[in-house]
Amino acid sequence: MDLAYTAEEEDFRARLRRWLGEVLPRLPAKPAAADWPGRRAYDAAWQRMLYDAGYAGLHWPRDAGGQGATPTQHLIFLEETERAGAPYVGANFVGLLHAGPTVAAEGTAAQRARWLPPILRGDEIWCQGFSEPDAGSDLASLRTRAVRDGDTYVVSGSKLWTSHAEVADWCELLVRTDPAAPRHRGISWLAMPMDAPGVTVRPLRTLAGSAEFAEMFLDEVRVPVGNRVGAEHDGWRVTMVTLSFERGTAFVGEVVACRRVLGELARTARANGRWDDAVLRRRLGGLAAEFTALWRLTQWNVSEAQRSGGVPGTGGSVFKLRYSHARQELYDAAAEVLGAGALDAGHTWVADRLAALSYTIAAGTSQIQQNIVAERILGLPKGR
Amino acid sequence: MTAAVDFRLTDDQRALRDGTRELLAGRFGRDRLRAAVEAPALDRALWRELGEAGFFALRLPAAAGGVGLGLPEAVLVFEEAGRALLPGPLVACQVLASVVDGVATGERIAGLCAAAAGPVLWEHPADCDELILVEGAGKEGEGDRAFRAAASEVAAAPLASVDPLTPLARLTDFPRTAPLALDTSRLRREAALLTAAQQLGSAARTVEMAVDHARRREQFGVPIGSFQAVKHLCAQMLVRTEIARSAVYAASVTGDALEVAGAKLLADEAAVRNARDCLQVQGGMGFTWEADVHLHLKRAWLRAERWGAARELAELLAEGLVTGAEAESEAGVVE
Ligand SMILES: Cc1cc2nc3c(=O)[nH]c(=O)nc-3n(C[C@H](O)[C@H](O)[C@H](O)COP(=O)(O)OP(=O)(O)OC[C@H]3O[C@@H](n4cnc5c(N)ncnc54)[C@H](O)[C@@H]3O)c2cc1C
Repeated sequence: MDLAYTAEEEDFRARLRRWLGEVLPRLPAKPAAADWPGRRAYDAAWQRMLYDAGYAGLHWPRDAGGQGATPTQHLIFLEETERAGAPYVGANFVGLLHAGPTVAAEGTAAQRARWLPPILRGDEIWCQGFSEPDAGSDLASLRTRAVRDGDTYVVSGSKLWTSHAEVADWCELLVRTDPAAPRHRGISWLAMPMDAPGVTVRPLRTLAGSAEFAEMFLDEVRVPVGNRVGAEHDGWRVTMVTLSFERGTAFVGEVVACRRVLGELARTARANGRWDDAVLRRRLGGLAAEFTALWRLTQWNVSEAQRSGGVPGTGGSVFKLRYSHARQELYDAAAEVLGAGALDAGHTWVADRLAALSYTIAAGTSQIQQNIVAERILGLPKGR
Repeated sequence: MTAAVDFRLTDDQRALRDGTRELLAGRFGRDRLRAAVEAPALDRALWRELGEAGFFALRLPAAAGGVGLGLPEAVLVFEEAGRALLPGPLVACQVLASVVDGVATGERIAGLCAAAAGPVLWEHPADCDELILVEGAGKEGEGDRAFRAAASEVAAAPLASVDPLTPLARLTDFPRTAPLALDTSRLRREAALLTAAQQLGSAARTVEMAVDHARRREQFGVPIGSFQAVKHLCAQMLVRTEIARSAVYAASVTGDALEVAGAKLLADEAAVRNARDCLQVQGGMGFTWEADVHLHLKRAWLRAERWGAARELAELLAEGLVTGAEAESEAGVVE
């Protein structure tokens, strides 16, 4: 058990801090939440700055264009960028955290050369077309069909809850290529250009009022067979590589941010008199323990990943269960601090309170995560 | 890229944990546990063996006859003690090993009491040779004073302890001679952390007990562990244990007062909630005296009141938020 950073890691942190101090003041103003083209441009510009400074794809392997950094350096990067108030990964999320790592792990040399550099430079944005109207938690029941026609697949069906679909250039798409095979064995992973004829995107409004995700209709969309990553019908396995990445380090910066928000809640409560309420005070104290522990659990998981070759294990499910709940508790406590002010939808804490409601649903619901913990970690029998 | 932050247990730490588990399984197995429930006087021979194994001398320097290890190792050993429900003033003897002669070797047993708002409780009064009393403001040990007395000089009233494995008495009179020179804030912090480590061990054990039962017990023709309601109880038990583990282990490395408070808060919650859920999974059997789960629950309740209860810990942590001490102490660790 060692929580001390090495000289090399401290050096990495110091260089990063210096760089952040230099570049962050030069960032353009943040675009409005509803300005999607503006948000894309902003996120892409930030990614380009990271690329030029040698921080893009930090933890990607070198042969994929990454920096081959250790998981700990990646953790330091996420921590420092959050502390400095740098932009989040934003529209680059799928490219950097799902699609890119999948192509890096499973793609051919030509596929890596085609798709990875533009992701790292912020030139191309990806979205994730997995969920469907009838395939949510039960993802393997997906029905979007891809029929082989010479060198192309003809894809028809519909996808749902596709985040960033409006601004994406590419979609990592799961399709059924063999309807006769057992569910998990007839799926393939395709990179679909979003400007292909037959792709229709209809934005959906979330309960927070924004249009974070969309419905996607695919009507005989032609995708070259060369855009398939991994073997035909092997897409389920290929996909599971990506999903474990998603549950690994996706929330690190947010945990750091939650700890900062907690401090702000305490100071606000002191200022507006709510601090005199012992129930609220202790609630905030409990959350302080919670987020510190979540940070330590992250370090624990990263240490494990460091030794197991970088693949996050089931520890991600434990983290996600606890974190998604804690985040909702944090913003419920924020509402307690604000009192009637919590009815002002213009307040950032209120916007974040609304957005937090998706955390126990997206990327595997809490019920599904509990199934995973019970069955894969505790070894309880599978059941319905 | 060779060395890096590595939060995981070292090989030596693993060996220490496994060795302790083996020792306790051999010397304090289920039969001994149940015998202790009926006759809770401490087994002095076992206590000396614990002493020989380094249970109390663990953190004393080798020159003083100790093992020269640190708080992280002590935490691993105490986690095992918590798993096994090992009774006795273990925390007291670990933190007083360098204060009272004979405690490090297990020859003598020292108790430790902290004056509190309610009754001052003394664990295992009949087994202690000496008693140390810490009294003061309590918060972080400011204004504390510590006194030492032979057990025979202390007046105490018996109290029917809720935990069958921890006899309790209420202090009624304590001879206050010259105060001891003790770093009481450190002592309180370490006692809290070692108590939290025992809670962690208990929490981990009740998950195993619940899962084991859920796999074997069948109803409606299937193991009850295939029912989602049961599965999800078990999953949350594991989540509580792992979050508490991260907090306790990290606090043992940093020694930071607020991290210790947070670790105690989370470990108390894990031990108490897990025992409750384990009882639920075990059904009617879990409600019997014969099942071990009530021993975990009652000890968890007891430990949750020692060295910082939830209400006090949460206040401490809340205060840490405003003073920004948390941010600073964290920065000291991370940077
Ligand atoms: C903000 C947001 C962004 C998203 N972005 C994307 C994206 O970019 N790309 C993408 O492909 N998808 C995306 N999703 C979809 C997300 O992955 C799904 O919403 C999620 O997997 C749940 O599927 P569902 O919504 O169909 O709910 P359902 O699966 O219908 O679940 C409904 C309820 O039933 C419960 N339930 C279902 N099955 C079980 C079971 N076996 N045991 C116990 N309970 C069960 C669930 O826990 C839930 O409470 C996004 C979702 C959100 C909220």
